[in-house]
Amino acid sequence: MKRISVKKGSYYDSVFLMLATRGLKGLPGVSDAIVAMATPMNLDMLGDMGFAAADLEGLGPNDLVAAVDARDEATAAAAIAEAFDSLTRKKTEAAGSGASKVGSFRAALALEPAANVAVVSVPGAFAAREARKALEAGLHAMVFSDNVSLEDEIALKRLATSKGLLLMGPDCGTAILNGKPLCFANVVRRGPIGVVAASGTGLQETTCLIDRYGSGVSQAIGTGGRDMKNAAVGGMTSLLAIEALAADPATKVILVVSKPPAAEVAAKVVAALRASGKPSVAHFLGAEPGADEARLAYASDLEEAALLATLFAEGAADATSAKGRLREDSGNDRYNRPSKIAIETLAAAEARRLAPEQRYLRGLYTGGTLADEALFIAHAMLGGVRSNNQTDPAWTMADPLRSEGHVVIDLGDDFFTAGKPHPMIDPAARAERLAAEGRDPGTAVVLVDVVLGYGSHADPAGACVGAIRAARAAAAARGGYLPVIASVTGTPGDPQGYGAQVAALEAEGVVVMPSNYRAALVAVEIARLASKGAAL
Amino acid sequence: MNVQPILDLFGAELVAVNLGLESFAANLASEGARAVHVDWRPPAGGDGKAIAALDAIAAGTTVDVEKANAEAVRRILAAEPTVVGIGVAKDVVPGMARDLILHAGPPVTWERMCGPLRGAVIGGLIYEGLAKDAAEAEAMAASGKVRFEPCHHHDSVGPMAGVMTASMPVWIVENKAFGNRAYCTLNEGLGKVLRYGAYSAEVIDRLRWMRDELAPILSEALALHGPVDMRSLIAQVLQMGDEGHNRNRAGTSIVIRELAPHIVTLDYPKEKLAKALAFLNSNDHFFLNLTMPSAKCSVDAAAGIEGSTIITTMARNGTEFGIKLSGLPGRWFTGPAGVIDGLYLPGYGPADASRDIGDSVITETSGIGGFAMAAAPAIVKFVGGSPKDAVDVTMRMYEITDAESESYRIPVLDFRGTPTGIDVRKVVETGILPAINTGIAHKDPGVGMVGAGLVKPPENAFRDALVAFAEKYAI
Repeated sequence: MKRISVKKGSYYDSVFLMLATRGLKGLPGVSDAIVAMATPMNLDMLGDMGFAAADLEGLGPNDLVAAVDARDEATAAAAIAEAFDSLTRKKTEAAGSGASKVGSFRAALALEPAANVAVVSVPGAFAAREARKALEAGLHAMVFSDNVSLEDEIALKRLATSKGLLLMGPDCGTAILNGKPLCFANVVRRGPIGVVAASGTGLQETTCLIDRYGSGVSQAIGTGGRDMKNAAVGGMTSLLAIEALAADPATKVILVVSKPPAAEVAAKVVAALRASGKPSVAHFLGAEPGADEARLAYASDLEEAALLATLFAEGAADATSAKGRLREDSGNDRYNRPSKIAIETLAAAEARRLAPEQRYLRGLYTGGTLADEALFIAHAMLGGVRSNNQTDPAWTMADPLRSEGHVVIDLGDDFFTAGKPHPMIDPAARAERLAAEGRDPGTAVVLVDVVLGYGSHADPAGACVGAIRAARAAAAARGGYLPVIASVTGTPGDPQGYGAQVAALEAEGVVVMPSNYRAALVAVEIARLASKGAAL
Repeated sequence: MNVQPILDLFGAELVAVNLGLESFAANLASEGARAVHVDWRPPAGGDGKAIAALDAIAAGTTVDVEKANAEAVRRILAAEPTVVGIGVAKDVVPGMARDLILHAGPPVTWERMCGPLRGAVIGGLIYEGLAKDAAEAEAMAASGKVRFEPCHHHDSVGPMAGVMTASMPVWIVENKAFGNRAYCTLNEGLGKVLRYGAYSAEVIDRLRWMRDELAPILSEALALHGPVDMRSLIAQVLQMGDEGHNRNRAGTSIVIRELAPHIVTLDYPKEKLAKALAFLNSNDHFFLNLTMPSAKCSVDAAAGIEGSTIITTMARNGTEFGIKLSGLPGRWFTGPAGVIDGLYLPGYGPADASRDIGDSVITETSGIGGFAMAAAPAIVKFVGGSPKDAVDVTMRMYEITDAESESYRIPVLDFRGTPTGIDVRKVVETGILPAINTGIAHKDPGVGMVGAGLVKPPENAFRDALVAFAEKYAI
């Protein structure tokens, strides 16, 4: 049925009328509608559409007409009311809210002429281009993106070096500049220690421990994993960063963390540390520590690296005196080192309740460097551990989805993250794997990392306690007991809060160790006790 | 090694530009650092050939592109479009002939013409007396006895179908700074009109009245008034709520104000003068046909500069959208004409719409129209609804242009000049396409305007132009 209603002498712009018309046409039970000014053209059209000429008589262009063809009287009346209403309704939405995002790098610089660093996390194929633009505009660049070619990395680092700019990355997940956490990084106290790291969670673990030991970080510069490892890249970023930290008055100590560098790069890095004139600590994961020099101490694990740097920061005169102040666990000494006996006691207490078929270590990691650290310790002490991070083909996992014997799995590896978020962002994949290991009667101990900070999941402990509970319940149902050993990489200042995360894990019976190194030691010791005599 | 820039960074407040994951910018902001987030998209939509062209041009060219563009932009900004008179197309439009029909957009054959353009061609042939009815006109159009060429090839522009025939009256607009001229027909009003493909008797009758009565009246009034400084008028209308393309209410009012005192003094019967004035008053878009040739002669002055990546033409014929670059004169780069995202007049919907058509996008090419969207709060509903959406549209256009107009200013942006001089490199690099306001024609000839909205030009036209530019100029 067709109904017409008129408001004389109320003019609306045609655009508003078109919108009102569109709104009416979308109402249920309305087959056609027109909201328009009564211009001769519109009156003709209303006539053509079959609206009664009598209703339209005497109307002019300043009269508002709402014409509705609806299934019944009530629908028509409601639609007409809505039409008039929609035109007079107060706009509740504020005109404009929030900051406008810009559409291009150029526009960003126009908006912030003082911009001094570009953070690039675009797909790898385009990352080099964006980083180059940033360098050419005189900005330092952090390239979070991976899948950047080696050639591009070298070209970018040459350009950066020639301009004296930092090119962090590619595949650089973390940095702390001027106290501000970039990408995946923790809220760490500012202080005298400058960090140069070619490994993401290695940087996070050492900076968090430095914070916990009461010292702080001046700058933490990520270099990307290839910087020192690949001779062709030649440590360009690391060397520039070390030189800058050497010249930086706020930096008193320099800490370098990396997987073992290429030999000639290692020599250059060590030379640069010597030349810095500042006490330095170097930790090359998985490599035998080098021979200490007066002002250069080699650390054998991430915890020791953070401790030595802190000791230097607090005035240790040389490597010998710094190492001399490291003590075995004495309960309340800040600079303690884990005592063999304490680790063994803790492990034995957990291992006592294992069922005979429980034999294997299952390390489930979200952080790559943390996984490596655990792997090196476990591989040496357990006589062989399979891992998707193993370089020795004899110990690489045939199927990373299936655990066999002792394993340490890096769930952040490309194998697991293709098309999925990294487990530090979304720990669901780790929780699933944890539950699966719980169903395996051979699992003797589960070792996990929980990485906090910006970039990470809002509640990584919470995201795995359900799976931990299920795994432990499954073991108990089989008449056994499943120890879960964890460490939390984080600080009280992190958005997730270190204390709350530890408490959530401990509430589930998880043994939370103060560092990844110690967590690995305890878990490996449990596995060693469990697997005595077992075939690998 | 020089580490001073790094020490400068250590000593300064951290100010980050974030490209990629937006949360990284938010995290920095929550730690008290300044961060600008770039809504990043792959350059050239990830098109490898276009990216290679961008990189090749950046690496080096035979001609200094920045210098060439500076000159192109200087010329656009220096233009002084001035209405100098009304003439008959065949007398004033270069190359105009009785067997020639000009149309909007890039070249198109009769076979590939869209409905509204075919309708306008039919109407044009009937109007010229070359055909007595539609059937005869269609046969003639298909026979090859008449030629079709773009208005743009004859220093002209035409809204929608843009059909211009030999005996039509045309505005003559001269760019006083450079001496070049541009031409455009007189606007016929809304409803059933030739430019939307209508060719019924009322359409032809109106065109004849415009030729025989309206044009002489306006021409004489104009002679009494003297040349009309269009740069000044456009500057004014942008401050009165017009953007120079889709809203012409202020412009039309101003033209009436300028001409009316002279029209009423003319030696014609009162009824004829009244009819002429009533016609202007009934047609909000009358001013558009003055803005268009003004824009045309302004950007034409910047055409043909060796090494310039500035876009000097954008135009559509309902089948294809085409652009031209200053540094590649004579070459069209085309893609399929877009579907318009718009609002519809009562009684019509998207199913009725023709594809994007008309030379009126010359206004955007010159830096007004969609580029000046922020100046026209009354029509913000076309671009999302709120005044902020309109401001955002204009702000985005600054990212693909090289300059800001010194004459055309936008009150709400603190009288900032409109974004002017579209650089095809920036369009391809950022993926930000020119914002184009436009009317929507009915897809069938003869129905007329059914709505208005915003249209997205085809990205490939810009990429192809850039690739061709790199082929010619990259070292």
